[in-house]
Amino acid sequence: MSLAEDAKQLVQGAMQGLMGKAVALAPDSWIPGGKPDPLIRHQHGHIGKPVTRIDGPLKVAGAAPFAAEFPLEGMVYAAVVHSVVARGRIAELDVTAAEAAAGVVAVMTWRNAPRLKAPPVFLSDPKAASGDNLPVMQDDEIHWNGQPIALVLAETQEQADHAKSLVRATYHAAPAVTDIEAAKAEGTKPGVFMGQPLHNKIGDAEEALAAAPVAVDATYTTPGHNHNAIELHAVTAYWRDGTLRLHDATQAVSHTAWTMAKMFGIDEKQVVVTSPFVGGGFGGKTLWQHQVLAACASQLTGRPVRLALSRESVYRMVGGRAPTEQRVALGADRDGRLKALIHRGVTPKTATNVMPEPFILPTRSAYASETMLLDVQVVELDMLANTFMRAPGESVGTFALESALDELAHALSMDPIELRLRNEPEKDPTLGLPFSSRHIDEAWRAGSERFGWSRRNRTPGATREGEWLIGVGCATATYPYYRMPGGAARLTLTRDGRASVDIAAHEMGMGTATAQTQVTAERLGLPLEAVTFNYGDSTLPGLVLAGGSQQTASIGASVIAAHRALVKELLKLAGNDSVLAGLDADEVGGHDGGLCKLDDPERCESYASILNRAGRDSVVVEAEPPMPLETQHWSMHSHGAMFCEVRVNTVTGEVRISRFLGSFDCGRILNAKTAASQFRGGIIMGLGLALMEETQFDPRKGRIMNPSLAEYHLPVHMDVPQIDVMWTDIPDPHAPMGAHGVGEIGITGTGAAVANAIFNATGKRIRDLPITLDKLL
Amino acid sequence: MNPFVYNRAADAADAVRRAAALNAKYLGGGTNLVDLMRETIERPPALVDVTGLSREIAQTPDGGLMIGAATRNTALAEHPLVRERYPLLTRAIVAGASPQIRNMATVGGNLLQRTRCVYFYDDDGARCNKRRPGEGCDAIGGFNRMHAVLGASDACIAVHPSDMCVALAALEAVVHLEGPAGARSLPLTDFHRLPGDRPDLETELAPGELITAVELPPAAVAARSAYRKVRDRASYAFALVSVAAALELEGGLVKDVRLAFGGLAHKPWRAWKAEAALRGNAASADAFAAAADAELADARPRSGNAFKVELARRTLVAVLTDLAGAVA
Repeated sequence: MSLAEDAKQLVQGAMQGLMGKAVALAPDSWIPGGKPDPLIRHQHGHIGKPVTRIDGPLKVAGAAPFAAEFPLEGMVYAAVVHSVVARGRIAELDVTAAEAAAGVVAVMTWRNAPRLKAPPVFLSDPKAASGDNLPVMQDDEIHWNGQPIALVLAETQEQADHAKSLVRATYHAAPAVTDIEAAKAEGTKPGVFMGQPLHNKIGDAEEALAAAPVAVDATYTTPGHNHNAIELHAVTAYWRDGTLRLHDATQAVSHTAWTMAKMFGIDEKQVVVTSPFVGGGFGGKTLWQHQVLAACASQLTGRPVRLALSRESVYRMVGGRAPTEQRVALGADRDGRLKALIHRGVTPKTATNVMPEPFILPTRSAYASETMLLDVQVVELDMLANTFMRAPGESVGTFALESALDELAHALSMDPIELRLRNEPEKDPTLGLPFSSRHIDEAWRAGSERFGWSRRNRTPGATREGEWLIGVGCATATYPYYRMPGGAARLTLTRDGRASVDIAAHEMGMGTATAQTQVTAERLGLPLEAVTFNYGDSTLPGLVLAGGSQQTASIGASVIAAHRALVKELLKLAGNDSVLAGLDADEVGGHDGGLCKLDDPERCESYASILNRAGRDSVVVEAEPPMPLETQHWSMHSHGAMFCEVRVNTVTGEVRISRFLGSFDCGRILNAKTAASQFRGGIIMGLGLALMEETQFDPRKGRIMNPSLAEYHLPVHMDVPQIDVMWTDIPDPHAPMGAHGVGEIGITGTGAAVANAIFNATGKRIRDLPITLDKLL
Repeated sequence: MNPFVYNRAADAADAVRRAAALNAKYLGGGTNLVDLMRETIERPPALVDVTGLSREIAQTPDGGLMIGAATRNTALAEHPLVRERYPLLTRAIVAGASPQIRNMATVGGNLLQRTRCVYFYDDDGARCNKRRPGEGCDAIGGFNRMHAVLGASDACIAVHPSDMCVALAALEAVVHLEGPAGARSLPLTDFHRLPGDRPDLETELAPGELITAVELPPAAVAARSAYRKVRDRASYAFALVSVAAALELEGGLVKDVRLAFGGLAHKPWRAWKAEAALRGNAASADAFAAAADAELADARPRSGNAFKVELARRTLVAVLTDLAGAVA
């Protein structure tokens, strides 16, 4: 078939499809007085459909290449040797036996590693990606127990693993601060997060608390957590013509490229990072020492290097969530209206990162209270830098806050949902901004109806079935809408009616490529099969962190900007011979493979026809969205109402979750299937946080003692009940597509919902996570 | 992992001969040994694979069962005679590990699995008297929530992780051995050692000795039996406390009883004192509690595991109460 015939058919198709409606272009910014993305009203297209993930068949077939699966000629395999002291200097580092072992190509230590600058630490620059700012294998100094001290490189992984055990190290140990209690005794420092103090004060909360007719005041503690993505951190690194190429498992391709370039003193463009598939990120797949070591080792040996970390190495050199100690005090009048809200506490970090676990974040916008005191203090330990882990701040902060709400409801003899609704703020209590979209009341209403909340037994410890006490609990989930600066996208439209999006974004298994293909197809008026979403490559446009649940908005805004540029270009190309002549971009929309005048569905021309007439094979545009000013004008958050039913064994204290429901208010849901999986996955991680996850950090040596999935417990299938999820699907008029990212909210509120259900079941209030059976005996 | 020589034995005598010649360790399913070799905690110069040896489950003349040491855990758990006559053994086996691991793991290997103490596993970073006798124990004063409350020493507070062995202890299983000095047998309850000042010596196996079979004597008492495992998640976790129990009543009195604990000691812990307190007495809740107290009076908890004493007491009482109810 000729292109002309092709085009004709597309035009006919467009004419036949005129029952539908063209999608107007989205606004180029979200500021007061602006209009919302027209996609939020589009109910019959691709958006929201439970489209099966497009990368599913590849993964099922084992054909999706992960970072440790790129075969390269002459590859050497690496194994990491870790320090066993927390502070000091390496006294002796004997690698002779390792070097002499079969298959060993080289052993890299601080003595022969290439000289590098220290890495820019995450948040110190928009493009910085490193977990800390420590130099990587540049000297004999030890900063934490587990720090890499040598990298063994061999012809096979087995040879490297064996030779690693032959490296002999001794240390001049120095005094280390590895005990939180001891560090606290030396004094704390104010916590600062993203350049802002973790501190808010409204009135005199302590005074209001003392005067309140009803008050609760308790301390909640949460342990450290480690990242346990199913795909271990891995990288394949090689140099070619002065360019460093990394096949990485990352949620930050462009950040990684920039940060590595800084360290090696080369141009950003001389580092190419690709990451087509990632087996889970959760905040842990950023830049840690392994990528740097692999790049150094490739330089040292002149060969490609594959470094796939063992589970133990992930624990030793990829940070996790820091423990917290949080006091929450609530004072209320007898009607449950908050007079005082205090949320303050302490968390450890290192001197080399800028990431105190910001557990007061959810409290800033949660409830109306006459007075408020929110504060995070930090102590600095000699340990591996802690980092972002699914909903940093909110995950553990909501455990404390929402447990306290439940305690207050009990003290007031009030329904805990009613207590929460009674304290709904009209505007953001700490920012003073209006909410962009807050339908938490609807989430509670729909959720409690589905869960059967009204049928519960309000009396703790009063429902029993054999050995098992049964109880239900609830809690509010919340996570912010973020959109970071730096987005950009390239849109290519070809004469055969196909489009592709190029953006340096990421797919860690959550369904980004699928959902964004739906969005792009919808905007352009194309079938899903005609759209290709290219991502996971630092040479593509945009600085798009897959973190903070912001990727959905960042990609969405970038594609909108590119789409506007594309339509302008198409109208130019269409020229005076087109039925579209004289129209400007805001008067047309994408529909059935072409552009149509919004209010005159007869005036259409297909993309193929426009390009054909213009003699063009394709149109390529690239554009950047405006700065994320929407977050300056509105307080933007997702919410959820979490419901849990537990069974607690009266003999053994064992806890089993028997039902869970998450009722979410996260704007428009782009793909019902992948979003439901995101919600469920978050909730499962929240169940682990509630009941079993705990990093055993031995304060005597500052060493993690359970770096293995046998001893660090995550929920197994039998720990996870059927999880029901539902959502309001009310679009946020101030967000691209009306949508919020949904990757993190599921873990928030879950811990408290479990703890509150356990209280209802047993009458026991457990304020110390994880809620293991010994705490319930 | 260190390089090693791999051999496959044709029969028990061949295995013993090869092991002696190569200073080898015997390899069953490898579900624990291979992990320990990967961690370089075990560094055998050679392995003699004994999975080709007997995996027969045969009735003995006295009505018991002789189980070849190479029998896979799954096969043992699923065997009709085991399910019929020794139901607590089936329950104990399926309470452990995962189906994949049970499909690989052998009966002989299960007896020889080593502790899951996190300090034992941290070859470079922690002190452990099991790995290097005399250097000290970092579990004492460290994370010892999983550790022993019975029969431990100041040299070692590790626990034996097996579920199957707890049932075998209650069933008075006999371990058959073959070694350079010939064949012999030992009661399972004498097979594992308490740590004392040599926690590196975990069993009574002589150098080069091979487990060839585990024999179950007839046990009428096992018709009413149970295995209850208490752990930190619903599956795939080692026991905090487990109880293997069998109870035979006659006229409201305890005619026969077998009790063993897992998760409390360096070996599967046969609760002789509790049994003695019950035998011939009324099967009442008070008697069960008193029996538990008799056994646990010697418990010496550490900083992180005091709860185990109460948990063991409650679990034992609950299991016996269930069994008494089932009998009545």
